[in-house]
Amino acid sequence: MRFLLDPQQRAFADSLDAMLTAADTPSVVRDWIRGDHGSGRALWSRIAKVGVFALAVPEAYEGMGPHPAELAVGFVELGRHAVPGPLVETVAAAALLAELADPVPAGRLLPSLASGEASATLALDGAYALDGDAATTRLALAADGLRLAPGHGPVRTSLDPARRLTPLTPGGELLAAAPPVAHALVWARLATAAQALGVGLALLDRTVAYVRQRTQFGVPVGSFQAVKHRLADAKIALEFARPLLFGAALTMAPADVAAAKVTACEAAYATARTALQLHGAIGYTAEYDLSLWLAKARALRTAWGTPAECRAEVLSGGARRR
Amino acid sequence: MDLTLSPADEAFRAEARTWLAAHVPPTPLPSLETEEGFAAHRVWEAELAADRWSVVSWPEVYGGRGADIVRWLVFEEEYHAAGAPGRVGQNGINLLAPTLFDHGTEEQRARILPSMAGGEVVWAQAWSEPEAGSDLASLTSRAVRTAGGWLLSGQKTWSSRAAFADRAFGLFRSEPGTPRPHQGLTYLMFDLRAPGVTVRPIGRLDGRPAFAEVFLDEVFVPDEDVIGEPGGGWRVAMSTAGNERGLTLRSPGRFLAAADRLVDLWRARADPSDTALRDRVADAVIGARAYQLFTYANASRFLDGGTIGPEASLNKVFWSEYDIALHETALDLLGPDGESADTDWSEGYVFSLAGPIYAGTNEIQRDIIAERLLGLPKGRR
Repeated sequence: MRFLLDPQQRAFADSLDAMLTAADTPSVVRDWIRGDHGSGRALWSRIAKVGVFALAVPEAYEGMGPHPAELAVGFVELGRHAVPGPLVETVAAAALLAELADPVPAGRLLPSLASGEASATLALDGAYALDGDAATTRLALAADGLRLAPGHGPVRTSLDPARRLTPLTPGGELLAAAPPVAHALVWARLATAAQALGVGLALLDRTVAYVRQRTQFGVPVGSFQAVKHRLADAKIALEFARPLLFGAALTMAPADVAAAKVTACEAAYATARTALQLHGAIGYTAEYDLSLWLAKARALRTAWGTPAECRAEVLSGGARRR
Repeated sequence: MDLTLSPADEAFRAEARTWLAAHVPPTPLPSLETEEGFAAHRVWEAELAADRWSVVSWPEVYGGRGADIVRWLVFEEEYHAAGAPGRVGQNGINLLAPTLFDHGTEEQRARILPSMAGGEVVWAQAWSEPEAGSDLASLTSRAVRTAGGWLLSGQKTWSSRAAFADRAFGLFRSEPGTPRPHQGLTYLMFDLRAPGVTVRPIGRLDGRPAFAEVFLDEVFVPDEDVIGEPGGGWRVAMSTAGNERGLTLRSPGRFLAAADRLVDLWRARADPSDTALRDRVADAVIGARAYQLFTYANASRFLDGGTIGPEASLNKVFWSEYDIALHETALDLLGPDGESADTDWSEGYVFSLAGPIYAGTNEIQRDIIAERLLGLPKGRR
């Protein structure tokens, strides 16, 4: 029993953090919002080069995985830097393809997802696919099985402008008749939980920095108890989401992952509300970078399982944990 | 990063589980906030101690098993899962004993710990005063030098367990007029039945005397009952406050067992269409797991040589608010039956309501989190 990140995992987080800080992700996000995917694709391949996507791809398909704990470490950093793109979807697609009874689609598609040459999006049961206009591999779960969608429909706007929602074109090659979706859903929820935790941590950091320097009534607003207590509550919520995330990564039990997902997303969203309130009107503007995290915190709440669905999953298991 | 227990730790778990299955009273003991319940709980403490289960984390020489923090957590999980009684000795075991291990003398440990472990001497805490709650540095009860010891005078209040306990510990002002309020305090132990002590039980919300006022009028305490240096009591007290908030005051095992019972109650009684209540039950399950894992992370840091600092304030706010939410959910599941004051849930509910107030109010904890963990500037409260 040693429930702490090991030095290697911390070093992985630090190097990803340094790389993303240098990459000026807010300007990449703004390009992505305009549908200009060039800078996002360049960043994607750098993220892949550090191995983030390979962590979800088995070694048999030129990946390094599966390593859910390290993947969670990586996705916290992606969330902290508001990296755009079908990040979670690529992980979910990789998990799904790796588990298909027929190894041929995995052999064909997974190596390029691991290396970052390709990205994937995945739509379950007619739902919108995220960033179908940017992803190179579009998977759709239809009534008759998993298909490689031939294209996508018009882009719909999301509450998070960096999340481009696209219907997928029906038809396309049938990859599997009865794909193991539950497994992919666990990976998608784990990655979303990690991304949300990162979003929440960034919102807290930025807000703490802001209230330390912003003065009103002649003193920093961060010295007011009402402000302190809201930020303390955000800190508590995020710090208790963290062990659920890494505990879930160790067990990969659907109930554990659902618990991590709902908790991390609720903590991030509560932090977003606090961040907006404590920034005042500047936080309500699109020009200020805070909006990039605020919008994502709301959108991630319902991605890959609403809070109610996740809570139901927590109670669905019969086994007690001892 | 892993959560698996070693084979030796698993064997320890199995041994604890087997012992508890054979010894836990089949019917619950009366509330320990009653005279009869207090006596019954002392008998239970003695039974635990006879097989060295009352203080598993203490060294064997004092009746423990030398268990590390992980085994202590495992024991607590088994203890609560077995439905074992609440611990009447917890103020002494969780608050005074760690202080004695860190700051006491060998003579003090040999004299005090064995009778504490066996429930023969039950300790009450005596921190608060009428004008000093979470602001402990403002306390005014005095310790005045006399031949061979000290004379204590003043008033303590909200003293948990003092209505029926034997002895108490607290801070007293031994050097009046120091430049800073937390200087000149001395950490002392005293006998609740000594001449000059008057204990007046205070009924809590449900009328039960869970705490008391303690009036002291020139109560003699010998030098051997001072812990640490006279005048250095603040440092002694603060070194163990983190333990209280951070690790030992509420073990995750208690909440894991309570969440399990809540799920049983939900399965047995809930209206399946009431998804709002279902979500609260799920949150109780999630909260217990979060608290368990958070504590495992803290324990890991501890085993790596780290100490518990201001992070303990995160814990304290979390468990105290969680405890109330858990019990409110149970009462709501019970519906009109939840009003009955004679259930474990209603007893637990009344107890939980005090959580955000004691051990440093949650307002104080949030200030600590904001100033010491987030680095926000100090300001007017």
